[in-house]
Amino acid sequence: MPPPIVSIEHVCKSYRRGSQIVPVLEDITFDIPEGEFLALMGPSGSGKSTLLNLIAGIDAVDAGTIRIGGVDITQLAETDLAQWRALHVGFIFQFYNLIPVLTAFENVELPLLLTSLSKKERQEHVSLALEVVNLSDRMDHYPSQLSGGQQQRVAIARAVVTDPSILVADEPTGDLDRKSAEDILELMERLNRESGKTIILVTHDPRAAKRARSVLHLEKGVLNAHHQAAH
Amino acid sequence: MREKSRGNASDRNACRLPGFGVIPVSYSFRNLWTRRLTTVLTAGGMALVVFVFAAILMLAEGLKKTLVETGSWNNVLAIRKGAVTEVQSGIDRAQAALIETQPEVSSGPDGKRLLAKEVVVLISLLKRGTDKPANVVIRGIGEQSLALRPQVKLLEGRLPRPGSSEVIAGTSIAGRFQGGGIGETLRFGMRDWMIVGIFDAGKTGFNSEIWGDADQLMQAFRRTAYSSVIFALRDSAAFDLMKQRLENDPRLTVEMKRESEYYKEQSEMMAKFLTILGLSLTVIFSFGAIIGAMITMYAAVANRTGEIGTLRALGFRRSSILGAFLMESLLLGLVGGCIGLFLASFMQLVTISTMNWQTFSELAFSFALTPEITLLSIAFSLVMGFVGGFLPAVRASRMNIVEALRAG
Repeated sequence: MPPPIVSIEHVCKSYRRGSQIVPVLEDITFDIPEGEFLALMGPSGSGKSTLLNLIAGIDAVDAGTIRIGGVDITQLAETDLAQWRALHVGFIFQFYNLIPVLTAFENVELPLLLTSLSKKERQEHVSLALEVVNLSDRMDHYPSQLSGGQQQRVAIARAVVTDPSILVADEPTGDLDRKSAEDILELMERLNRESGKTIILVTHDPRAAKRARSVLHLEKGVLNAHHQAAH
Repeated sequence: MREKSRGNASDRNACRLPGFGVIPVSYSFRNLWTRRLTTVLTAGGMALVVFVFAAILMLAEGLKKTLVETGSWNNVLAIRKGAVTEVQSGIDRAQAALIETQPEVSSGPDGKRLLAKEVVVLISLLKRGTDKPANVVIRGIGEQSLALRPQVKLLEGRLPRPGSSEVIAGTSIAGRFQGGGIGETLRFGMRDWMIVGIFDAGKTGFNSEIWGDADQLMQAFRRTAYSSVIFALRDSAAFDLMKQRLENDPRLTVEMKRESEYYKEQSEMMAKFLTILGLSLTVIFSFGAIIGAMITMYAAVANRTGEIGTLRALGFRRSSILGAFLMESLLLGLVGGCIGLFLASFMQLVTISTMNWQTFSELAFSFALTPEITLLSIAFSLVMGFVGGFLPAVRASRMNIVEALRAG
């Protein structure tokens, strides 16, 4: 068993809705080993996206610790956390979240602007990432000139271009037709299998979950079952 | 586990470099380009303000330039002590004669002293096209007056004969006033005066004057004293000593000024007035333009909430977001500034004629664009962009990442 890359201990999170405090996650503890492809499942409002946001370092816990690659990210100051995200987290969103005024190439290059790479090195990294998602011929296209599936592939290239420790994907196939969704899932599976990327996937879609090596069910903020998917 | 993370390729980049994490200017620029119509309308508002701003500075500058170029550094003007202008001044014949004998006065090639006793009178003439009267300076000149002002050139006709009721007119007078053209007659001082020549004095205030024989004009206006005595210095450096000596001479009640200084002082009050009036107006106008920019930028921030969330999630810091939105509004200001300045530059083709309150006479001058005015106008437009964009940029930079992503 490889050592855990993500280690979550006693994490609690609640939101304020008006004067009410709504608990979202209650005392969550689990590990994710390096090279894992984990699907987080559960009904709407179960807290799976919140958990993903906490792991990705864009939201803060109320209590508990989240260690990723040995770093307790709950202790990082805001600017350090931003820097940490830039280097260690690749984001894949449901609606791709590409910057509409930037070309595919420039969108993929964005996270590299947060590194000390030279322009030439950045160019090489971006070309490689676009090659991985098979979109080298579309690098000068703007997002509006690409299909949904292509946009999501650009987003995946953007997520992997910095070679992050973990990839987090929130309903990455939620806005795609069946065929494109299959392509995206296959791409993610390949990234996990061939490049050993640790992927955490939040989804409703049982077909998407099937691709994962393991599935974690959340219900009402509590972990329900943790089982290996049939692989 | 730590070892593993150290082995991660991205950790090699963990050191921070200056300028790292800056969102490229092209991002801000293309966002402006994407919403061209709003950009043009907002920048248009700023352009109008910059246009007014630049035009007023150009006007004050043109006035200054015209009056400063009127005088020469080597010429000395003597006026009565306490008089601010030649019109208010009076120097009687005895005093004028005393000044004429001073050793500092230079001599011309013919051996005559380069000195002119002049009389300046204001008369009212009707403008061409309208029947509105305006004050015009009539200058009674001496034999050496033209030699003292080499910038004054006779364009047409001839000089007035001494002892006759003949005058010559500056080009601005010939074009703008009824009876100002060559061969025409003007009536003032209970006499008819024939215009026998037109002179061009370049871009100087003399262009807005009428010149005739000093003795004839003194008779016509029943003057017993000259208004000023002007002479060239033998040695320009001797001015200070001579000024001190003559101003303390008990037989004289005069004040000596270099001619260029005298004209510069004449422009100062009006130039200052124009500048203060203009700047206060443009500052008030600029509030409108700033609010316009603010509304545009707030709308841009609201429309791009998701984008902001994405950039922040990717690791761009609050300061990067602040910088990108500020850059966008600075660019917006720059576009406005350039358009406004471009339009204002055409004002250089315009010559206007207006009353100089200090001399109570009509003065024709052009708008003058200088590098300082260009810089000031661009700086002004950038300030408008900055002030307009600051609050929206702060809002953008303060967004909560999760909420921003959800809104997008």
